[in-house]
Amino acid sequence: MGKVHIEINGQKLEAEVGSMIIEVADNADIYIPRFCYHKKLSVAANCRMCMVDVASLPKAVPACATPVAEGMVINTKSDRAIEAQKSVMEFLLINHPLDCPVCDQGGECELQDLSVGYGEDVSRFTEGKRVVKDKNLGPLIATDMTRCIHCTRCVRFGQEIIGIREMGATGRGEHVEIGTFIESTLESEISANIIDLCPVGALTAKPSRFKARAWELQQTTSIAPHDCLGSNVYVHHRRGEIIRVVPRENEDINEVWLSDRDRFSYQALTEGERLLKPRIKNNGKWQETDWQTALNLVVKEMKRIIGGTEGKEFGALLGNNVTTEESYLTQKLIRGAGCNNIDFRMRRRDFSGDGRGSVRSGFNFPLAELDNMDATLLVAADLRHEQPLSAIRVRRSTGFGSAMAINPFDGEYNFRLDEELQPKPEMLAQEYAAVLVAADAKRPDILSAEAKEWLSGIKAEEVHHRIASNLIESENACIVVGVYVQEHPQAEVINWISESLANVTGAKWGYMTQGGNSAGNKIAGAVPSQSAAGGKAIKGKNAKQMIKDGLKGYLLVNCEPDVESVWSKEALTNLEKAECVIALTSYVDGRVSEYADVMLPIAGCYETSGTYINVEGKWQSFTAAVKAPDEARPGWKVLRVLGNLLDLKGFEYESSKQVIDELREVFDAVSDRRNARKVPPALGKVSDKDVTRESLGLYMVDPMVRRAKALQQTPKASTHPISISRVKTS
Amino acid sequence: MTDFNYDKSLHLKKLLPKDAIDKIDNWIGKYPADRKRPPIIAALTIAQEHNGNYLTEDLMQAVAEYLDVPHIAVYEVATFYSMFHLNEVGEFVISVCNNISCSMRGANKVIEHLQNRLNIKVGETTGDGLFTIKTVECMAACGGAPMLEVNKVYYENLTEEKIDQIISDVTMLRSKKSKSTEVKK
Repeated sequence: MGKVHIEINGQKLEAEVGSMIIEVADNADIYIPRFCYHKKLSVAANCRMCMVDVASLPKAVPACATPVAEGMVINTKSDRAIEAQKSVMEFLLINHPLDCPVCDQGGECELQDLSVGYGEDVSRFTEGKRVVKDKNLGPLIATDMTRCIHCTRCVRFGQEIIGIREMGATGRGEHVEIGTFIESTLESEISANIIDLCPVGALTAKPSRFKARAWELQQTTSIAPHDCLGSNVYVHHRRGEIIRVVPRENEDINEVWLSDRDRFSYQALTEGERLLKPRIKNNGKWQETDWQTALNLVVKEMKRIIGGTEGKEFGALLGNNVTTEESYLTQKLIRGAGCNNIDFRMRRRDFSGDGRGSVRSGFNFPLAELDNMDATLLVAADLRHEQPLSAIRVRRSTGFGSAMAINPFDGEYNFRLDEELQPKPEMLAQEYAAVLVAADAKRPDILSAEAKEWLSGIKAEEVHHRIASNLIESENACIVVGVYVQEHPQAEVINWISESLANVTGAKWGYMTQGGNSAGNKIAGAVPSQSAAGGKAIKGKNAKQMIKDGLKGYLLVNCEPDVESVWSKEALTNLEKAECVIALTSYVDGRVSEYADVMLPIAGCYETSGTYINVEGKWQSFTAAVKAPDEARPGWKVLRVLGNLLDLKGFEYESSKQVIDELREVFDAVSDRRNARKVPPALGKVSDKDVTRESLGLYMVDPMVRRAKALQQTPKASTHPISISRVKTS
Repeated sequence: MTDFNYDKSLHLKKLLPKDAIDKIDNWIGKYPADRKRPPIIAALTIAQEHNGNYLTEDLMQAVAEYLDVPHIAVYEVATFYSMFHLNEVGEFVISVCNNISCSMRGANKVIEHLQNRLNIKVGETTGDGLFTIKTVECMAACGGAPMLEVNKVYYENLTEEKIDQIISDVTMLRSKKSKSTEVKK
């Protein structure tokens, strides 16, 4: 691309050929007013607010739709520009209601801001304003369609970013209305981004509606906890109460978007049934008590069970979105007390890979590269429902590249698939291996003889050859392995196939992980096979063994195995049977109060400082936005005090930063050690009873999301996105 | 449970006769295969013809599924163009232009006269199911403003007398037509 030289407001600038005036101005920090233009959306040029004065042209032109040309002299503040902008403003205000005092957008409204700058004090129009009936878009988005100025950002977002067009502009001329086909709830898992996009108060957030004014809010940066991308967010709060969560721009992770799950889960903290004081069960009745009594009891019970059984009958289970500090301290505590049973992978069936693979889990390439892939192979990856924002990256790549999928379920995609294989879930590894066979046929000198031997019984058909050649021939290719695979009884085989296929084809590969901090949990050493940063550990029981075999004592850190585990039934039975269940939790509702014996109130996310490590291995630390309610304390503090009470060494932390620094130091010393996967044993037969038939569901993944009221009312909450019963029959 | 083997074209095939489906297929064939939205207008027109001159939500949904476009895309087209009717209409739809040229030449008087004459308001249908009055955007006949259209026929340079004449002509035409069909029977 060549360069042209232009001048805006007397400032000489160099710009790419083909870029629009508004882009160049934005990059140079020259402000041009706009409503319909958005850098992530296509140019619509329908609001006309961005009129600027170009010296060589007879009248003002829209900056968002006028490409720069050599020698262009642009003025954004000349009389001609201002006059055009003012005229547009007058038009926009003809039908816009004067209800700013009762509008939720008031104070952060683009129209309000610009009308201060460009609007007249008195309108020349005396005619009645038009009124538009409100649409019901579901429990997340409130509408006030009379305020709509038809910028069509929400329509374009659906069409271009989500890829599923649910909203549109109906009618004509003065009768244009933005809405859906007949009244229907928006189904997209990232639909609420239209709240941010809407420049006026037509689309606002329903859960936080009328709760606060924009200027009363304080803002704290944080990290969203519900998927392994680690989306960046701002938590907006007022007087210690979280009002809402909005996206924080980070081009490498969430761009400017946020999934509905990350946006509205805070409701669990503000409206969920919180555990406010430590509780002890006495003869089957809950008794509120003080921290000292509760912790002394915990220490007594831990000493009794661990001491009495040489640590074999006690174990710790962690949730997928506990902070890295919490999981680091949990493993230090448990191991220090003489017990080696610790795990967070309650949905894993195959533990044969423990101790192999990389120290951290997840992606070996930056997520943002998904944008530029010429070929993407999805292996049992239901991106839309697991990491919603990664799906829009893959979608972007399908504009020029191709996406292929091997999925044992009928996935919902928001992009075009060029190849789709739908093996039965128990045949996933076989089907996938056939692609490796095809790749090996094309590039025979990469796989070892042992690997070839392993593959010998598998035949590749034409479709497998097509997929393999596509991966080999594409300059940028990648393999994305979905969360479903981590639940598969042959997960390690599939991971080995991915690694080998990546080697043979030259494609990059990575696997998605459950929850927000699987990578952090693994690095922290909250697994039975390794201690912090991949250090040696005395092997203990893994999650499956702890849950299925039953223990005398359990320590639960922010998790509910009776819901989250793939063995939820066994989990419930064994937790009820256990002599002592210690639950560190933020909530009182759910079955935890039936099976727990001690409940310690810990701060929820946004109420504690901590660090999440995302699937690419980015360490993202955050501070607490608000204080936890009543007696609830950050998890790391509770664990620290437990360490002190158990007389363990190295529990003298004064801040969560000291905890993470300690881990970071060890981790940096070992760096990312990788042990190549070995050729697995011959493929066994998988019983169809051993595979996940119904996934946990978009809004079921962790205790917090399960208690987010508005999300639970959406249509997506009641469906299992991955459900084998939906496999195509033909 | 959603049936994913559901053939999306079935819905429309149930609602329309075979020759109508053939006509729609013919229109689809005129555009590149990956361009799904261009045939919407043609498909809606054909669907409307076979459904007593109006479209239902069910029918629009069926058209969307048949063409494999978002429901809203069909709905946008159906609400944009005035030749599509979203409610039951009379046998003769009188579309009065009230855009700028016609307005300046007395479109409002035309509308008023029609309303008085037929004793209905804009958007309503006469009790005998004969007439519906509708206001529409410019029909590209500004030279003959004010103008109106009755079922695809333009009438220009309107006066009150001319409007009365049109209404009686149309009514006569209809009674002749119905007689001739009776004879055929």
